[in-house]
Amino acid sequence: MSTSAAGERSNPADKAYRWVDDRLAISRGGRHLLNKIFPDHWSFMLGEIALYSFIVLLLTGIFLTLYFVPSETTVIYHGAYKPIDGQRISEAYASTLNLSFAVRAGLLMRQMHHWAANIFVGSIVVHLLRVFFTGGFRKPREINWIIGANLLILAIFNGFLGYSLPDDLVSGTGIRIAFSILESVPFVGSQLAFLLFGGNFPGTAIIPRFFIIHVLILPLVILGLLGAHLGMLIRHKHTQFRQAHAREDNVVGTPLWPTFAMKTGGFFFLTTAVTVLLGALVQINPIWQYGQYYPYKVSYAVQPDWYMGFLDGALRVMPAWELHLPGHMIPNVFFPAILLPGITFTLLMLYPFIEAKLTGDVAEHHLLDRPRDRPVRTAFGVATFAFYFVLFGASATDVLANYLSLTLNFVLWAFRIMAIVVPFIVFAVTYKLCKELQQTPSAGKRQQFNLILRSADGGYTTVPAEQYPGYDQPELAPVDVEKVELTADAAQQDGDEGVYEIPRRYR
Amino acid sequence: MPDLPPHNGQVPRLNDEGRVPLDAPQFQIAAHNPRRVEVAVAAFFLLSLAGFAGFGAAYWQGASNLWLGMTLGVGFAGFGLAMASWGKWLMPRGPFEEPRAPMATTEAEKELFIADFASRGKVAIARRHALAKLMGLAGGVLGVVVAFPLIRSLGPLPGNTQYRTKWRKGSFLTTIDGRRVTVNDLEVGGVLTVFPPDDLGGAISQTLLLHVQASGNVVTMQGRETWGPNGYVAFSKVCTHAGCPVGLYEELTQQLLCPCHQSLFDIYTGAMPVFGPAPRPLPQLALYIDKSGHIRAQHGYTEPVGPGFWSRGAAPFARYRGK
Repeated sequence: MSTSAAGERSNPADKAYRWVDDRLAISRGGRHLLNKIFPDHWSFMLGEIALYSFIVLLLTGIFLTLYFVPSETTVIYHGAYKPIDGQRISEAYASTLNLSFAVRAGLLMRQMHHWAANIFVGSIVVHLLRVFFTGGFRKPREINWIIGANLLILAIFNGFLGYSLPDDLVSGTGIRIAFSILESVPFVGSQLAFLLFGGNFPGTAIIPRFFIIHVLILPLVILGLLGAHLGMLIRHKHTQFRQAHAREDNVVGTPLWPTFAMKTGGFFFLTTAVTVLLGALVQINPIWQYGQYYPYKVSYAVQPDWYMGFLDGALRVMPAWELHLPGHMIPNVFFPAILLPGITFTLLMLYPFIEAKLTGDVAEHHLLDRPRDRPVRTAFGVATFAFYFVLFGASATDVLANYLSLTLNFVLWAFRIMAIVVPFIVFAVTYKLCKELQQTPSAGKRQQFNLILRSADGGYTTVPAEQYPGYDQPELAPVDVEKVELTADAAQQDGDEGVYEIPRRYR
Repeated sequence: MPDLPPHNGQVPRLNDEGRVPLDAPQFQIAAHNPRRVEVAVAAFFLLSLAGFAGFGAAYWQGASNLWLGMTLGVGFAGFGLAMASWGKWLMPRGPFEEPRAPMATTEAEKELFIADFASRGKVAIARRHALAKLMGLAGGVLGVVVAFPLIRSLGPLPGNTQYRTKWRKGSFLTTIDGRRVTVNDLEVGGVLTVFPPDDLGGAISQTLLLHVQASGNVVTMQGRETWGPNGYVAFSKVCTHAGCPVGLYEELTQQLLCPCHQSLFDIYTGAMPVFGPAPRPLPQLALYIDKSGHIRAQHGYTEPVGPGFWSRGAAPFARYRGK
């Protein structure tokens, strides 16, 4: 982009740049943006998957709004799907059939939209796990952690609203359960449910209201929070792993222009490609097989989308308890469907502060932890994840009982016990593994080989082989934690590359 | 900005005043054999070209979802692979470094900000506290009234609708088609979803009519001796757990199963929950058979149907019984 040659100044791109720059002074901030450094590590792409699948969601969603009719008005169907010709169905269901069968590429767009939603929530969760286990949430990034947790909640909500729109039998049953869950909130639950649904179930307005929340209100909130999330990312600059040249006071990697821009642009198209191929090859939510929703009909072995699975599983494993108070009650579903997610997401958002309180670590951190170096945090995180994974599995009790030829009774009790026992086992195993890995400095390094030498008297010694050719960015050897001088202070860099201190309480 | 340690020269900084020369090793590309990468990138772009063109053709011809998706997917995959490979192997490999100052500002900066904010704020509010209070009052009232439309207009408040169904004394048990059910309509082991005549398809009134034995009163518990005439018995179809329709009847064990969360109800003990998360039995509808052989309700449900809610309480529900 040299501007020294006189000839280049008169070319149209250069003239346009100067015209804009004279009015907006893009040269100043623009150069910094072009030079923004992105650390090279695969785990930094997880958040990108979330961002790009959200873009796919917006684009395919715009397509769907052109054909979907958010109305519960009954029509007599004479469309492309012949098996229900002449039946009375709602306009929402009819228009979903229409856009699936009569609109060119409509089914592809619908399936892409649904797959992208699943990928969106999934990549948010995996991205969250990466940030958690590497300590990326610590000061100064607590606010961004909270925004990210809210994005996860909103993504789950909007996914539920979205797959509820076609008015099919499976999603309609889900809406019925959602009404019961809202109703179970102490003090104001009934009022909340009646106001949202416009009356007692099924209400008068649920599809149009879900529609406007799904396509306008929540996407705007998500977009706003996403902007704040990325804005703070630029303000804080990236975290980075403890690699060569990496310090607390710098960022090492490749610049936005051109290397990262080209790579991430390619990654956007690859994310899109996966979504398109899933939409083409793997059927998702075939609502014509489920049929129109009627409140008095129900189907067997239906599961919600995966990100609602832990809630469904919690509903299933919850014992048949209710809390009776004089003249009042707290219904059964309140505990697994309101209290559990409420506690979950509150703790999730408060976690950075809880950890800071427990460790006394109030310093800024820009270098990431290796999970093994923080065995308590890592074990706690894996155990918590295991708990929700058990609940997720419990959402398939009926299917598992059928498939494994076990009684429902056995499967249910197995999940009830596992939900309590598994996290403790997982915590112990993870903690032990972390401790073992700490003693194994070479673990996780693939590029370097060891030579085992046998001496003349039969003894064996291990020496590192020569480095893999071309591998010029060796990871710094982790410090043996047992030999670090104990300080109550946080991991402060003292200028020595790669030497960092583990606060006492982590050990 | 606090002082940053001088960098060691190994990792150049792009934002420095003096530009990093383009022949610096960090500007070299990562590929050992650029020619091979160029061929691969070209092949990927050609693949994407074929994919996108194929999608156009498939769309033009109205091809199946499979063809549309495969062509478009191959197009995007080729395009993405080409760009990513180009960026990864044929562009500056780095590493470069960017300095990072700590986020926290200095004490002096904080004090300056606070001083400006507070001193100007004092000028603005000094001796005008009444105005500030009025402003707060007017804003507060606005905050309250904007909530009104949400509460008043979005939907009716529950009132007693959670306690009542449309079942009344003498209501005919009616099928979804509006046909009145007679005593000869169901075989033993048969099951039918019925509604009160003025609420066909109703989500709250839906009731399960079961023919569990050939004759005789079905007595599910004390006080319900006459509720199940001629081997017929009826329960609310709304699960007491999360409100799903309790849709499965197992004749062998005389149990009802809710397919949503696998709650199991035992018919002969008054639909008492025997398994799963449901905390209460399904309310039973008292039946009688009139002179013409129609099955009718003795009265409405004697307790609220469906899942629990805050004000449901444990009190007797006689006062809500449909008259």
